[in-house]
Amino acid sequence: MSIIDKTAAVPAPRAGADYNGPLLEVRDLHVEFHTRDGVAKAVNGVNYSVNAGETLAVLGESGSGKSVTAQAIMGILDMPPGKIPQGEILFRGEDMLKMSEEERRKIRGRKIAMIFQDALSSLNPVLTVGYQLGEMFRVHQGLSKKDAKVKAIELMDKVKIPAAKARVGDYPHQFSGGMRQRIMIAMALALEPDLIIADEPTTALDVTVQAQVMDLLSELQQEYNMGLILITHDLGVVADVADKIAVMYAGRIVEQAPVHELYGRPAHPYTRGLLDSIPRLDQKGQELYAIKGLPPNLLRVPTGCAFNPRCPKADDICRTEIPALAPVTEQDGADLPGRKSACHFWKETIHG
Amino acid sequence: MADLSTNDEAVAAAIEAPVGRGEPILQVRGLKKHFPLTQGILFKKQVGAVKAVDGVSFDLYQGETLGIVGESGCGKSTVAKLLMNLERATAGEVFYKGQDITKLSGRALKAVRRNIQMVFQDPYTSLNPRMTVGDIIGEPYDIHPEVAPKGDRRRKVQELLDVVGLNPEYINRYPHQFSGGQRQRIGIARGLALNPEIIICDEPVSALDVSVQAQVINLMGKLQEEFNLSYLFIAHDLSIVRHISDRVGVMYLGKMAEIGTDEQIYEHPTHPYTQALLSAVPVPDPQARAHRERIILTGDVPSPANPPSGCSFRTRCWKAQEKCSQETPILAIPTVFQGQDTPAAHFSACHFAEEKQVVPVH
Repeated sequence: MSIIDKTAAVPAPRAGADYNGPLLEVRDLHVEFHTRDGVAKAVNGVNYSVNAGETLAVLGESGSGKSVTAQAIMGILDMPPGKIPQGEILFRGEDMLKMSEEERRKIRGRKIAMIFQDALSSLNPVLTVGYQLGEMFRVHQGLSKKDAKVKAIELMDKVKIPAAKARVGDYPHQFSGGMRQRIMIAMALALEPDLIIADEPTTALDVTVQAQVMDLLSELQQEYNMGLILITHDLGVVADVADKIAVMYAGRIVEQAPVHELYGRPAHPYTRGLLDSIPRLDQKGQELYAIKGLPPNLLRVPTGCAFNPRCPKADDICRTEIPALAPVTEQDGADLPGRKSACHFWKETIHG
Repeated sequence: MADLSTNDEAVAAAIEAPVGRGEPILQVRGLKKHFPLTQGILFKKQVGAVKAVDGVSFDLYQGETLGIVGESGCGKSTVAKLLMNLERATAGEVFYKGQDITKLSGRALKAVRRNIQMVFQDPYTSLNPRMTVGDIIGEPYDIHPEVAPKGDRRRKVQELLDVVGLNPEYINRYPHQFSGGQRQRIGIARGLALNPEIIICDEPVSALDVSVQAQVINLMGKLQEEFNLSYLFIAHDLSIVRHISDRVGVMYLGKMAEIGTDEQIYEHPTHPYTQALLSAVPVPDPQARAHRERIILTGDVPSPANPPSGCSFRTRCWKAQEKCSQETPILAIPTVFQGQDTPAAHFSACHFAEEKQVVPVH
């Protein structure tokens, strides 16, 4: 499981940078949690890369390791019980896992920022939003309280919070869910990072507000030419904003593809099952296809392919051998750039 | 919506019965729930009211699924509680087989409740962690012992487990030993225990993973056929509601904005709120990204304690005019479509209703 992702098409890097590779590259990352019941292998060899201005969607169900990977990148993983026994996280070519805590702190917030799912519990309820936004400038840039407040108002304007000047002294509970999420976005944007990791940024929001927030996010992404890692379980949101997708299952990436390709022709039975199991707004179907069974317990991941107990195509080889994430080709052997699948039977799945 | 309660009969007559269905099993007329806002500690004085539900009318037929959609805070869950009589309605009536259940109490209420059961949103908090699955599913029999004689209960619970697709041998396990999807099955089994006619489902799958959602939705469809159940399916996910519902009602700020068959609402919406809501739903099809028109509403839902005058949606509506702030639109077939035989001729509470296609038709 150490196939390194080098296939992604690389658009021009951010202007002025002398580094040419991807903005962020995760190589063979492993994360495990040591618990009383044993070792839970949350991430088992994940590889992905993001370029400037690009949106990578990481798709997966709860327990698939998508958030843990993000936390490892941010360096906010609880260690212990968490442990990274293996792997590299390269930011502009430098391995962040080898950096000192001091160096990492310089990157965190300034170069890589994160937007969390639940804005209400991520914001401090006893501090005003202006103070919390200004904190970024005070801590990282050493601005005075007064200047930080001016900057905070600017930021709130940027994320289109109405009457920013009047509301800068309000507390988080005085804002609606959508507005709170905007504050989270403002906070992530404060220092104009190169990469934003958004962990389920709209899951707790209503659809109308969700559309507002996603629009704002992609607008700002274009403006600053940021890389974006969007972690979600919503196939609809992904289709709307992503450039490429990594589908995770039981701590592994099972399929990687550009967004149009994935929806058109999935190359992994799990992806296919997911796509078939969602009800569609524009179609009234009969019975939904349901993936049988449950996601595996990470303490006891099945041998071979982790998806084999739920897979309609599973065969003997699936129960013994872990499929590698390998490139997928057309029937005639022609390349499909950016496409990979970790399935013994990808040929049957994509062309069958 | 005071006008509504006065022309109740007209409304009742006009809400078309879906083809092949008989009498409505549940008729809701002008239902209101206002939560008082009080001030002061010793001498509480009412200073206002949160109009959580403000005049909602609809029918539910035998064997059908009525979906209720709306944003958070629109009152859809309060409607569910009112129908269950968990909250007392401020005004309005709920007729179950012709009998107004909002006024009932004691034994009569208990008898009615046997036929209306509920499945809750969060399978993690709606099951008592200290009770075994057998006790949870069997508890309704303690309250209504006439349904299952004492010695027969264990067998009945095991049957129910089998019906919802769980191993009957799990009867002595505790909720924490199950996954989210399995727990929701337990919740459904509990809802089925008393052989109800109506099941009110309040966001039954929103806490579940995508791959498990489909399993539970399919189970609910199967059970509906098997037991001829009527579902009131409350959810914020419009795709799921479309999948499971025969008719759909769209709520906004305590009122019904539009109601019709799933085809009428999804393919021929006439209320601007419905159109905005539908256009905002992310469609899992990247091809649609480029040519899909999206209506992005500005702002948030106004506070139900202080709703806008006239049409409550006017503050976010791009069509709003003078008339909208003065006159509350009535939920009826809009005059422009009256007498026409088009799918657009369904109930919509808008002065300027017009058809607009927002969901691509295949």
